[in-house]
Amino acid sequence: MGPRAEQERGVARFEESVLPHMDSAYNLARWLTRNGHDAEDLVQESLLRAFQAFQGFRGTDGRAWLLAIVRNACYTWLRRNRQQEVTTEFDEEVHTLEGDALNPEKLVLREVDSARVRQALEELPAEFREVLVLREMEGLSYKEIGTVVDIPVGTVMSRLARARGRLQRGLTSRPGEER
Amino acid sequence: MSCQETRVLLHAFLDDELDPVRSLGVQGHLDGCRDCAREHAAHRSLRAALRDQALYFRSPQGLESRVRAALGSQGAIERRAGWLGAAGAFLRMRWAWLPAGAVAGLLAVTVIIIGRFGAPPPGPLADDLLGREVVASHVRSLMASHLTDVPSTDQHTVKPWFNGRLDFSPPVKDLAGEGFALVGGRLDYLAGRPVAALVYRRRLHVINLMIWPAPGEPDRSPTVALHQGYHVLHWTQGGMGYWAVSDLNENEMKEFVGLVQR
Repeated sequence: MGPRAEQERGVARFEESVLPHMDSAYNLARWLTRNGHDAEDLVQESLLRAFQAFQGFRGTDGRAWLLAIVRNACYTWLRRNRQQEVTTEFDEEVHTLEGDALNPEKLVLREVDSARVRQALEELPAEFREVLVLREMEGLSYKEIGTVVDIPVGTVMSRLARARGRLQRGLTSRPGEER
Repeated sequence: MSCQETRVLLHAFLDDELDPVRSLGVQGHLDGCRDCAREHAAHRSLRAALRDQALYFRSPQGLESRVRAALGSQGAIERRAGWLGAAGAFLRMRWAWLPAGAVAGLLAVTVIIIGRFGAPPPGPLADDLLGREVVASHVRSLMASHLTDVPSTDQHTVKPWFNGRLDFSPPVKDLAGEGFALVGGRLDYLAGRPVAALVYRRRLHVINLMIWPAPGEPDRSPTVALHQGYHVLHWTQGGMGYWAVSDLNENEMKEFVGLVQR
């Protein structure tokens, strides 16, 4: 195969296995940055980086691979622009699941409008926001989330549990009420 | 199955990540325990709320066409550089499945997975593209008033700062005695991975030295390239890839690189 054909095959393979995940990439970047313009720039930049690295990509999961690149770009952006939001210091072990158990009186959400869910989700720390976006909106498995976020599967589970508990509490507390 | 066990496994159950036996155990408990069943129902309604299409941000119109256009122009650069001769980017995914204990106390850790991406390999094309990326990163570091994350002239402060932020430990040298003062370090993102950026100063010129692992690559002496008026020197030494970039003249850059290599 000539170099030209080889290259066209590379571009075609990229278009086939990575480009279809642009929506997922944008959704993650948009939730992490909470800003449309920056999300768009970061996705574009990430896709070009992904393309440069793609020749050697031998995995089968183009989506998780792309999302890991996008996530890294977003965190670099967050560290530069929203330093105070990146709080990776929380200790998964100290905060037990029990501490996040729900108050049974406030359990079932009724008629929650999406604007309130959006606000409550945006108020979560980025580390919680991203696992919820990846799990609930993108439908990723624990293993895939572990790849994207670079944490063990057990941590994925405990982080999701805590993220859900906090989101639930954010939604069930009335506006103005202390959370 | 007890309430406590059920609460631990509830999320894995909800997410279809439990093995059939424990899944049945949780289901059995939920059928008989009103409190746990309510918590389960609460999480299910939360899930439904999060899956509302109104919360999903689709990529804006025009983004895809811009990306395709950019890919096209990159393709053109690559054609000029000779695609076949380039090894292309090397990416390595390593998986380790480490089964651990099942339900222990409150936290059940069943599987640990580590995914890592490696660095691109050498090759004229990869180097040319990376050289441009390195220059872009250098320029950004000067523009965004974000030259350093850890401003310090002390190599013993800069080196440990990278611990836990990178999966490797970059060699950090202070060359102030030789006229290249260490200014600090920064975490950067290049070639699809986090890298160490060390910042040095020579008179008014800033030098960025980017370092990341190049596993299995032989030592290579520095090559010099000029991109947009910046000198970019690249070499490999002791399993690490180095990129030095600055607007400093070529001779002094070579002197700097010689000192770093020593």
